[in-house]
Amino acid sequence: MKQKSVAVVGAAETTKMGKIPDMSVLGLHCDAALNAMADAGLKPSDIDGVATAGESPVQIANALGITPTWADGTQVGGCSFMLHVRHAAAAINEGLCKTVLITHGESGRSRVGSAGFGRAPSSWSGQFEVPFGVTSPPTMFTIPALRYMKTYGITEEQVAMVSVIQREWAARNPRASFKDPITVDDVLNSPMIAWPFRMLMCCLVTDGGGALILTSADRARDFPRKPVYVLGTGESVETPIVSQMEDFTTSKAFRVSGRKAFAEAGISHADVDHLMIYDAFAHLPIYGLEDLGFCKPGEAAAFIGERNTAPPSEGKKGGKLPLNTNGGGLSYMHSGMYGMYALQESVRQMRGIAPAQVEGAKISVCHGVGGMFAASGTVIFSNEA
Amino acid sequence: MDRILPQPTPETRHFWEGCKEGELRLQRCAACAKSYFPPRPFCPGCGSREVEVYPASGRASLYSYVINHRPRPDMGAEPHSIAVVTLEEGPRMMTNITGCPQTPEALQLDMPLEVTFLKASDEISLPLFQPAKG
Ligand SMILES: [Zn+2]
Repeated sequence: MKQKSVAVVGAAETTKMGKIPDMSVLGLHCDAALNAMADAGLKPSDIDGVATAGESPVQIANALGITPTWADGTQVGGCSFMLHVRHAAAAINEGLCKTVLITHGESGRSRVGSAGFGRAPSSWSGQFEVPFGVTSPPTMFTIPALRYMKTYGITEEQVAMVSVIQREWAARNPRASFKDPITVDDVLNSPMIAWPFRMLMCCLVTDGGGALILTSADRARDFPRKPVYVLGTGESVETPIVSQMEDFTTSKAFRVSGRKAFAEAGISHADVDHLMIYDAFAHLPIYGLEDLGFCKPGEAAAFIGERNTAPPSEGKKGGKLPLNTNGGGLSYMHSGMYGMYALQESVRQMRGIAPAQVEGAKISVCHGVGGMFAASGTVIFSNEA
Repeated sequence: MDRILPQPTPETRHFWEGCKEGELRLQRCAACAKSYFPPRPFCPGCGSREVEVYPASGRASLYSYVINHRPRPDMGAEPHSIAVVTLEEGPRMMTNITGCPQTPEALQLDMPLEVTFLKASDEISLPLFQPAKG
């Protein structure tokens, strides 16, 4: 896509976050959408493009009273919303629509009006993974990690440190689900889920939602909020079942998506002020830092351990690459498809209104994963026109 | 509780028929010689439809795994491995490692394994792997 040709002009999460037993999945989508429209000063009749995952764009458009000329129901898991941003940018540039609403809502904890995980017994998953006892992501997403740890000599303590540092960021965020400090010992002594993964290395399960509104850069200046420009985007997919991932020490989808986004944006890693890497589990920021090219293979755990991604603490300066500044899926919230919350935090950082604001941040990279290393989407934002 | 079982499709039936007969079957491309899994009637390496089914050696090594401490009700009450093995012929598959303690000490990456079949129903036998003997 053309750099900065499209901008985010509306962004909001659901009114409540965490445990929301009085709202269905559809209700959460629409609550977030109404909040984003209010943020942008728009009505449903101003929207002519709709993209969503988890629900059909038909359902969302009809429920909100929108008559779109463009709809996108791309559903590749938690990074679907990164792909929606990319597809929306292309659609706006092509003149298919002018103003796109992207919604997410999920009743991950309360399970109200929620379809749940279903895997047909005739699918590849149903035939070649489910019979061996996999259940939810903690028994699938985690399987590659041991090979990574053996290849590079990474310890369980180093993986636990990812959770510790993200909790430090969460402590600065009033909306975060978990804010109390934790230690490496706390992580390693938390209940065993699927060795080597303990509970505090796994994401939360909560209810919530979020929505974004995008339009062309030339229209963006007329909106109430400071526009956040889309500088570059990438996407890719690899495999529907984690056992068929090409190499358990690196994600091909991450590498392809990240390279494409950096090339489109025309930036180098030194230009990045703020980074979000979808962290459904503690090993994901490690894979992300390496596959996006911020660290060499095998070096990301030490990079995190040396506090390069950490907030300021006890008089010590914060790290040079603030990462997952909302607390991430490990401590902020995780409804199931977390990508929308990573995008929301990037937009807040670019607007300068994040609870743990990175002073002077101009470029934010937001990197998502879908399924179990199945898919990936990357969006690079800039707050300079 | 009965184990949750796969439902073969026309494209995968030869694999499950093989398991029932105690034979691990792979597919190989006649054009580029690539062995691959899961089963499909064309080569993922070059797109050729000229593929053959052949019996694999059943030898493998342990690529990666977790030990699930919250087993699904049909998997029993004890923690158990969920593993991915690399077959001697190259492809990888998910399985359970059986015939040894389900502990990090007993389950060492790269250890040699051999296939064994668990008869789960009249139609389905599951390919599991155990430490190689000798
Ligand atoms: Zn071939």
